[in-house]
Amino acid sequence: MFKHNKGRLALVAAAVGAVIALSGCSSNNPVEAKPSSEASGTSLVVGSQAYYSNEIVAEIYAQALEKGGYKVERTFQIGQREVYLPQLESGKIDVFPEYIGSLLQALDKTATGGTKDAVFTALKAKLPAGLSVLTPAAASDQNSWTVTKAFAKKYNLTDIASLKNVTEPITVGGNAELETRPYGPSALKSKYGIATAGFTAVQDSGGPLTVKALVDNTIQLANVYTADPNIVSNNLMALKDPDGLFFPDNVAPVVSTKVDKKAQDILNKVDAKLTAEGFVALNAESKNEQKSSAVIATKWLKENDLN
Amino acid sequence: MNFIVDAIRWILDPMHFPGPNGIATRISEHLLISFFVVLIASGIAIPLGYVIGHTGRGKSIAVLATGGIRALPTLGLLSIIALSIGIGLTAPFIALVVLAIPSILAGAYSGFEAVDRRTVDAARAVGMTEAQIIRRVELPLGLPLLIGGLRAASLQVIATATLADYLGGGGLGHYIFAGQQTQDYPQMLGGSLLVIFLAVISEVSFGILQRLVVPAGVRSPSVTSRRTETARTDLGRVEVGRTESSETITAAGSPQTKGTT
Amino acid sequence: MNWVLENLPLIGERTLQHLATAVPPVVISFLLAVPIGWLANRFRRVRGTVLTVCGLLYSIPSLPLFVALPALIGTGLTDPSGVIIALTLYGIALMVRVTADGLSSVDLHVTQAANAVGFSEWSRFWRVDLPLAGPVLLSGIRVVSVSTVSLTTVGAVLGVKSLGLFFTDGIQRNIAAEIFTGIVGTVLIALVLDLLLVLIGRVLMPWLPSVSQHATRTTVRSRVAAA
Repeated sequence: MFKHNKGRLALVAAAVGAVIALSGCSSNNPVEAKPSSEASGTSLVVGSQAYYSNEIVAEIYAQALEKGGYKVERTFQIGQREVYLPQLESGKIDVFPEYIGSLLQALDKTATGGTKDAVFTALKAKLPAGLSVLTPAAASDQNSWTVTKAFAKKYNLTDIASLKNVTEPITVGGNAELETRPYGPSALKSKYGIATAGFTAVQDSGGPLTVKALVDNTIQLANVYTADPNIVSNNLMALKDPDGLFFPDNVAPVVSTKVDKKAQDILNKVDAKLTAEGFVALNAESKNEQKSSAVIATKWLKENDLN
Repeated sequence: MNFIVDAIRWILDPMHFPGPNGIATRISEHLLISFFVVLIASGIAIPLGYVIGHTGRGKSIAVLATGGIRALPTLGLLSIIALSIGIGLTAPFIALVVLAIPSILAGAYSGFEAVDRRTVDAARAVGMTEAQIIRRVELPLGLPLLIGGLRAASLQVIATATLADYLGGGGLGHYIFAGQQTQDYPQMLGGSLLVIFLAVISEVSFGILQRLVVPAGVRSPSVTSRRTETARTDLGRVEVGRTESSETITAAGSPQTKGTT
Repeated sequence: MNWVLENLPLIGERTLQHLATAVPPVVISFLLAVPIGWLANRFRRVRGTVLTVCGLLYSIPSLPLFVALPALIGTGLTDPSGVIIALTLYGIALMVRVTADGLSSVDLHVTQAANAVGFSEWSRFWRVDLPLAGPVLLSGIRVVSVSTVSLTTVGAVLGVKSLGLFFTDGIQRNIAAEIFTGIVGTVLIALVLDLLLVLIGRVLMPWLPSVSQHATRTTVRSRVAAA
């Protein structure tokens, strides 16, 4: 009885083929794609983490490079460091906005903290061959121990060490890995003698869920990134870190050898304009006004006379 | 294979067993979450499934709804609930209950539906009331399919309960997230192996239970009777019969949908 | 709604990426599972082993598998092929069982009759067993399709592009509309592929009763039961 169905079979085969062909249209993975050789020197691949704020900086780099006459291929939202670092090392990405302290820690597990300059120098020495890091911007997005302003006021908190004043049990919140980081709860105990009562994992990297938990007093102390606009809008306070418990995490582009002098100049000009406050404002545009990174970047470049 | 060996070594390290982040705690959290999720989902889905199965009403809606729910990505559901109610166990709990309902619902109604209507008529003929028919005929005969649904739901929930720790809910997912972000792959795979271990235990126990609940009277003859029935019918009937069986298979959840983690 | 309107091109792009990751596993797992299921059904001794292996495979949580597979086969983490292979494995795990069940549900008397009128085993498979098991296979592949489309979103956590990226990005930026778009988009893709499969089933198996006929029959039957 299947004999009559040869025509139908062909029809179905065609339909299935069409779907596969359709889906194949987008299967060319930009990360895997080899940079086209004909345009070598002028075509650059710009990457970003799967982090909205990082994507904004990457988009600013990309648009600035395009204005400078470079052909840019964007490969944004590629996971976290363990995912994109190997691709950066193998030369599949040419420009990537990084955070100097976190990158140094990823490359050198025994690294000690220090000032922005010390970390920058140490990072340059640790970068794999073929990669270099340009001058860091004033803007930084680093880890912090953050509390609500009300909590800070109640116990007269200013810096991390002052957490000693707290008399109630402190529950700490942050990504699961925070528990074992060198600046995590164990460091609070060993460096400052501050005991914490428990740890609640929230996997949004100090995002809205962590902030909500802080505000609701489900947790009292959290790791929130300092460039997060939520710190201001939710009356939070990042405790001062005079001892350099956290590495300074200034933004700086990591570039491949394909990024020539002219392109480096373009990126340096962008970084020179990227201030700490300006960076928080960029993030706020993304979070509060829900603008896309492309819109935010175009506006920022125009405002800073970089177009 | 080195990965696996390292992961097993990680599990067997006695250092990793006790404490608030120890394997013992994480396993019990994981089991507690899974158990209560399946319990609550059953409380919703079984009565509903029985009403649909017994009356035959609302079946097409149920089939459509369960299909739709199955397509819901748990990660997305979890994210949206969490944004409105915050961290803790509530959001993963709701998302997991939603995940578990389709399999249990399908198991419940197909269990009822699979009962031969002639058996029900016979029960009616010997003077059983509707309540008695449900309790003493449809329920025991449909039990294996219901357990099949519970089995599928439990497997999904155990695998997906790893997402609970996305929002601070604890469980074995903690090792997966912590391991992924610190590139501690033995920890991550170790956590995954423990999840698989729990899933296998659940599968095996439900498998045994499923065999035990088959009423003694139907245990072996059921196969023969089905064979003879189809053999007696003409080709047209056979095809119709196939359609039914295909639906029962989807419904009973022997092909389950995969949980999100 | 604003977010959706302003990001239509991105939504289109993510939808295509989602399809590119979700469709191949559905097709490949079907093509591979049918012969394996046939073997499992034909050689009873391997049946138990094959089905147990499939059950185990299916119980592996997807996130760790998405991470472990690229490490095992040596592709990049963000390369969709790792996720595609993982999803194919899940699809096979599910389809093999369904195929074995479907083929074993073919009536023994029918098979014997086919043998008696001189079908070889090869042509009996194509012209008797497979068509009769067709509806079961169809229901199986529909489940595979729905669950694959839904599972594809998990790859976003690793940077494999799909509608799932709207979940991770939306939760960071606190944009509910973005997460909703991801959910609705995923369900829609699942629905469209499901309809397509039903359509393919209709074309390949025209002898099946249509849904409405079937519904009527069920109602009639239940009315009899309720009477």
